[in-house]
Amino acid sequence: MKSVKELLNLYMAFFRIGAFTFGGGYAMLPMLEKEIVEKYKWATTEELMDYFAISQCTPGVIAVNTATFIGYKQRGVVGGIAATLGVVTPSIIIISLLALVLGKIYEMQAVKHAFAGIGVAVCAVLVQAVVKLGKAGLVDKITWIICIVSFVLAFFFDDSTIGIIVLAGIVGIICKRLSRKRAEEKEGKQI
Amino acid sequence: MTYILMIYEVFKVGLFSVGGGLATLPFWFELAKKYPDWIAEKEITDMIAVAESTPGPIGVNMATYAGFQSTGVLGGIVATLSLILPSIIVILIVAKILKKFKDSVLVKDLFYGLRASVAGLICASTLNILLQNLTVQGVQTFSFDYKKVILFAGILLGVLKFKKHPLVYIALGAAFGVLFGL
Repeated sequence: MKSVKELLNLYMAFFRIGAFTFGGGYAMLPMLEKEIVEKYKWATTEELMDYFAISQCTPGVIAVNTATFIGYKQRGVVGGIAATLGVVTPSIIIISLLALVLGKIYEMQAVKHAFAGIGVAVCAVLVQAVVKLGKAGLVDKITWIICIVSFVLAFFFDDSTIGIIVLAGIVGIICKRLSRKRAEEKEGKQI
Repeated sequence: MTYILMIYEVFKVGLFSVGGGLATLPFWFELAKKYPDWIAEKEITDMIAVAESTPGPIGVNMATYAGFQSTGVLGGIVATLSLILPSIIVILIVAKILKKFKDSVLVKDLFYGLRASVAGLICASTLNILLQNLTVQGVQTFSFDYKKVILFAGILLGVLKFKKHPLVYIALGAAFGVLFGL
C-alpha cells in the first residue's frame, strides 16, 4: 500500500508541475524547487542541475526527462513512468479542451492580459530560482568562469547547448585533475 | 494517417530532438511537408502560440496539438506518448548507469563542470524569457513595457520576502495583468 501511495504522490506532484509550468523548459524550475526539493525532498538542488545537464544532451523534452529521472530515483522504473505520465497528463487534457471548445477564449482581451501578467510573474519566480541554482553550482573560481563562458556562448552566440555542455564537462574533469595533482605535489614537497 | 505511422514518425521526433521542447520544431516542419493532410505548415505557428501560452512542456503540448488535429483526443494521446517514449527509455538507461557510477571520481569531476555550465545556460535562457515578457509586444523597436517592469519588480520583492508557493505569484500575475490591462 505504501508503494502505491508513493507512486500516486509522484504522479500528482508532477501533474501539478505540468499543469502550472508556463513557457516550458527552465520555466518549470521554480515549481521543481518547491515541490521536489523543498516539499518532498526527492532531490537536492545539485541533483536537479545534474538532471538538467543530462537532459540537455539526451533526446526529448527537458521536463519529461527530469520527471523520469526523479521518478526512477524514488521508485525505480515504475516510478519513472508514473512521474513522466504525471507531467504530460495536464498537457493532454488542456490542449484537447482548447482544441475542442475553448479555442475562442484565446481571442478574449482579458485572457490576453492575464497571460501577459503570468509571463511577468514567471520571470520573477524564475529569477529567484536561478539565484538558488547558481549558489549550488558555483563553488569556486573555475566554476564561475565555466558559468560565465557558457552564458556568453549561449546568449550572444547562440551556440549549440550540447557542444557547450560537453566542453564544460571536459574542462571540469581536466581542472579537477590538475588541481588534485598540484595538491599532491605540494604534499610531496612538504614530506 | 494511421496510428502506427503516427507512432513511428512522432517516436522519431522524440528520439532525435536533443535540447528540449523547441528543438522539436524543425521536425514538425518536416512532418508537415511529408504529411500535409496531417498537419499543415501554417498550423505550426498556431501550435507554437498555443504551446507557449498554455501550461506544460512546449514539446509535449505541440505533440498533443498535432495529434489532436489529425484524429481527435485519441490522436493527441497517442502522439504525446510516442513523443515521450524514446526519452523515457534513454533516461532510464542513463539513470541506471549513473546509479552504478555515482561514486566514481570521474563522474563527480564531470558534474562539477556540468553544473557550472548549466547555471550559465539557465541564466542565458532566463534573460531571454525576461526580455520576451517585459518588453512591448508587436512592435519592431525594442522597448521595455514600464507597467510590466513595475509589476515584475513588485512580484520579485514579494518572492524574495515571502517564501510562498510559485503558484501564488502566478495567480497574482494573472490578476494584475487583467487589472493593469497589460
